[in-house]
Amino acid sequence: MSAALELFLQQLFNGLTIGMVYALIALGYTMVYGVIQLINFAHGEVFMVGAFLGLSVLLAFGSLWAAAPLVVVLAAVFVVSVAGSAALGAAIERVAYKPLRGSPKLTALITSIGVSFFLQNAVMLIFGSKEQSVPDVLPPVFFQLGPVSLSLVQLVIFAVSLAFMVSLTWFVKNTRPGKAMRALAEDPDAARLMGISVDAMIRMTFVLGSALAAVAGSLFSLYYGSVNFHDGYLAGLKAFTAAVFGGIGSIPGAMLGGVLLGVFEALGAGYISSEWKDVFAFVLLGGVLIFKPSGLLGENLPEKV
Amino acid sequence: MFGALRYHLGKSPLLQVAVYLGPFVLFPILDRNAYHVDVLTNVAIYVILAMGLNVVIGFAGLLNLGYAAFFAIGAYTYALLNLHTGCPFWAGLPAAGTVAMLFGFLIAVPSIRVRGDYLAITTLGFGEIVRILFNNLDTWTGGPNGLLGIDRPTFFGYRFSVSPVPYFYLALVLAAVIAYLLFRLSDSKIGRALVAIREDELAAKCMGVPALRIKLYAFGLSSFIAGLAGAVFASKQTIVTPDSFDFVLSVLILAMVVLGGMGNIWGSALGALVLGTLPEILRGFAGYRMLIFGLLMILMMIFRPQGMLGGALIRRELRPRHREPRDGPA
Repeated sequence: MSAALELFLQQLFNGLTIGMVYALIALGYTMVYGVIQLINFAHGEVFMVGAFLGLSVLLAFGSLWAAAPLVVVLAAVFVVSVAGSAALGAAIERVAYKPLRGSPKLTALITSIGVSFFLQNAVMLIFGSKEQSVPDVLPPVFFQLGPVSLSLVQLVIFAVSLAFMVSLTWFVKNTRPGKAMRALAEDPDAARLMGISVDAMIRMTFVLGSALAAVAGSLFSLYYGSVNFHDGYLAGLKAFTAAVFGGIGSIPGAMLGGVLLGVFEALGAGYISSEWKDVFAFVLLGGVLIFKPSGLLGENLPEKV
Repeated sequence: MFGALRYHLGKSPLLQVAVYLGPFVLFPILDRNAYHVDVLTNVAIYVILAMGLNVVIGFAGLLNLGYAAFFAIGAYTYALLNLHTGCPFWAGLPAAGTVAMLFGFLIAVPSIRVRGDYLAITTLGFGEIVRILFNNLDTWTGGPNGLLGIDRPTFFGYRFSVSPVPYFYLALVLAAVIAYLLFRLSDSKIGRALVAIREDELAAKCMGVPALRIKLYAFGLSSFIAGLAGAVFASKQTIVTPDSFDFVLSVLILAMVVLGGMGNIWGSALGALVLGTLPEILRGFAGYRMLIFGLLMILMMIFRPQGMLGGALIRRELRPRHREPRDGPA
């Protein structure tokens, strides 16, 4: 096999890996937007807090029970970061957004900026502004898949993200709360008349989105080996791009958009220049808005009247 | 006497400018401390920026989260023109505004067309791109080291020097002119159209208001003002670097507008004065500054969305439209 094809496949898989992380974050944006038409700027920060919670668990294991089996460590990381971030998401919704239901979009948007800034700086005050390195818990094992070599971390990312995406899809499609959530996104007034508790459903949307962001945060910190208090800003921005790319409000769209954005970015970094890596996402966003504003899988184009 | 003053103030924007900004003319005479004048000069630049951002947020009801990028474009435009062609400040000033405005249109057209709230995220992305561009295009922008040796302005033979005093007057006069013109704008046909769009876009469109075009005008004007402020900033610093124009600056200006009162021109100026001087007063709290700004924005939106000076109209607009019934017993 030619070297060019090998490089392409390798970048493709690297892109798929980070794309999975983007997809998990994008789900939170798209679900919240679907239900209350708010661009939740604080979502990137929930992801970042999730990463820091995971890091704290790893550090705690390192000093208290260094010999713990890998599975126990990973399970603890995910449980703690998911629980913490889900609680944070619910708290943000209750404190910052609920009092503003029915206000113009602008007020809630500004509030979400405030929340994002508050969380970023709170984490900076607690952990410091330096890059925090994440202990290597996963052994540096590589698997050869034809010409492509995949690390254990990448496989974990694929497996965990896929598991969560499949469960979410199943939940939204088949369970009662999932159906209620979709009904709410379709028509809030009709949903209320059908006896759906709108407040509870909105809270659940935030909890689910934040939990997925925490999973993404933990995976992200394991993959890159370091976290920083402003990681959430850029990752959130890219994940929102992914959600718009896939079609905002659409759950499969967010997954597709995230994965494609990751691939797009990795190929751009590999073939053009890694210096410009962060620009590709925004160029893509501009292109989508000009040529296909409804996104790949989105339906509702114009602003709701 | 105060009643009469109040009556005339309400009628004449020119009198308002004279009464509210006039006293600041005395500041450099009363306080000869160069550092204090320098701080107040920066505040005057913030006032210009806050009034400019208010056009998008307060007048048009849209959110621009990359305002620092337009400020940066203005600063780099003047810097590049001056360094390569020797263009004097007074020609560079309108050029900086115009270039910033063109980029404003470039960014706003695709996103406003789709959904107003997308603009917030496109501008955020744009702010990031501009900073990366200025950082990476070393051959033109000097990369992270920036551009140095930018000319200071001259005014009828008087050459500006290191002293901040002439810059203070420059920024103050510019702020006064912009404030006056914004008052005239808000009383004009476009100003009324903007209020109509904010209140009910659909109704405004039905009455024949070209909503999309009016919103674009507002966005372009706002970018133009940021460009002007950028040229003043570049000529004062004589050096521009990409890291002076980060996201934190965009949020800081946003916080000024929100604190003072969205849609209120003097509110933005007051917000800039308060948040611009606060760090000097609260030196010990430097680490908590941004935390407090974030908290301030949340609390303002929940408890006093109209800001410190917001009027009755804005208050009514920003209040929740309809109280939703509670689920079950309270």
